[in-house]
Amino acid sequence: MKPSPFDYHRPAGLGEALQTLAETGSHGKVLAGGQSLIPLLNMRLAAPGHLVDINGLTELATISADASGVRVGALARHAAVERAGSARAVQPLLAQALALVAHPVIRNRGTVVGSLVHADPSAEMPAVLALLGGSVRLARLGGERDVHARDFFVGPLESACLPGEMAVSAFFPALPERSGTAFCEVARRHGDYAVAGVAAAVTLDEDFRITAARVACVSVGPVPVVVDVTGVCGPRPPASVDWDEVARAVQDRIEPEDDIHATAGYRRHLTGVLVTRALRGAAQDAAQSTAHDAGEGRA
Amino acid sequence: MSERTGEHRHAVTLTVNGVLREATVPARRLLSDCLRHDLGLTGTHVGCEHGVCGACTVLLDGEPVRSCLTFAVTVDGHEITTVEGLAEGGELSPVQRAFSECHGLQCGFCTPGFLCTVTAFLRDNRTPTDEEVLEAVSGNLCRCTGYQNIIKAVHRAAEIQAEESG
Repeated sequence: MKPSPFDYHRPAGLGEALQTLAETGSHGKVLAGGQSLIPLLNMRLAAPGHLVDINGLTELATISADASGVRVGALARHAAVERAGSARAVQPLLAQALALVAHPVIRNRGTVVGSLVHADPSAEMPAVLALLGGSVRLARLGGERDVHARDFFVGPLESACLPGEMAVSAFFPALPERSGTAFCEVARRHGDYAVAGVAAAVTLDEDFRITAARVACVSVGPVPVVVDVTGVCGPRPPASVDWDEVARAVQDRIEPEDDIHATAGYRRHLTGVLVTRALRGAAQDAAQSTAHDAGEGRA
Repeated sequence: MSERTGEHRHAVTLTVNGVLREATVPARRLLSDCLRHDLGLTGTHVGCEHGVCGACTVLLDGEPVRSCLTFAVTVDGHEITTVEGLAEGGELSPVQRAFSECHGLQCGFCTPGFLCTVTAFLRDNRTPTDEEVLEAVSGNLCRCTGYQNIIKAVHRAAEIQAEESG
């Protein structure tokens, strides 16, 4: 249970980090919070020849929010993003999901961008990015590119980040007015990976009818499974939606597998239950913000 | 080991329990092993070595972290508090006293991790609810107590803390 030897690099700036990653290519790996990488190293499931430790690059520990969304830097810890009031105000789904990421002690160290690059289909952060249609900014020596969530998650534990590249930030877009979100999951114990989980976003019109609804499901496919259910939900008020039909529409799209924790059938069942729960929660959240906006309008 | 492999070694300076300590370690040295083997502080226990059990939890700049999921080189220059640093002037801290009073431990293997986790938790939340206590200790495994006495100990520690600060 000790890592294999590796060459350790502690760059003084982003340029030096990218230079080292360019030189080491497929043998180089970025170390940020380490809460997913170090277990893999300890168990020798991974043995990179070079680790580029970015914990000294505090300029990457940024969380910036404006009306368009929240941009999170590569060294922003889960706990910092969870506590950031500005991020919560613009995109509340982040904090809702972060409360479900592992344990508080792990969140003190782990990073949001690290969770995205780790690309675990059971993890919450990839589902949030996928649901919101966010993007990851990948930098390499002499350039950078933004990769949309739909192209970023390639397979289980596989992202679009290539050798020589480093994810420097991720962008979580804000939702339109009169929107609400929720994240519901079932785990064996609080903080465990979810047996099934669903992130939901719902947008209402001025008459409280659903005009947009979509979900992202975890632990039921090789990558987060995003399903747009606007057609089955709307345009009608949440109280008159046939939620069983919505759940079936999502269940038809997922590809759960049996493993030691649950059968595929059980995951499918849970996902159906959680789709209803998360969408209703998101619709309620949207109705509250709509009522709030209307109240402000009158005042 | 690293002498034999010819691995490069790094000089690391840590402030551990208020004392400046130096060690020369290979980059792959986990903070947990650095504390125990290089600095002789065996109060920090090593259970699963992949972040699940919480036994190795220490405070890094005041915040609880898994020392088995942290390299010593990464935290060069930072402050670490281990279970050895919780008592002040030979007197057990409120959290330590509460664990003792409430039988919050039996074999004691998990205890250093619980004590560090709970110390930081009660610093930030002085009057926690049952639900908050459960979540706070949910990342630490105990195979003896069945947890009930640990939950009681956390509430008792909050009481002692309030009595002593009031």
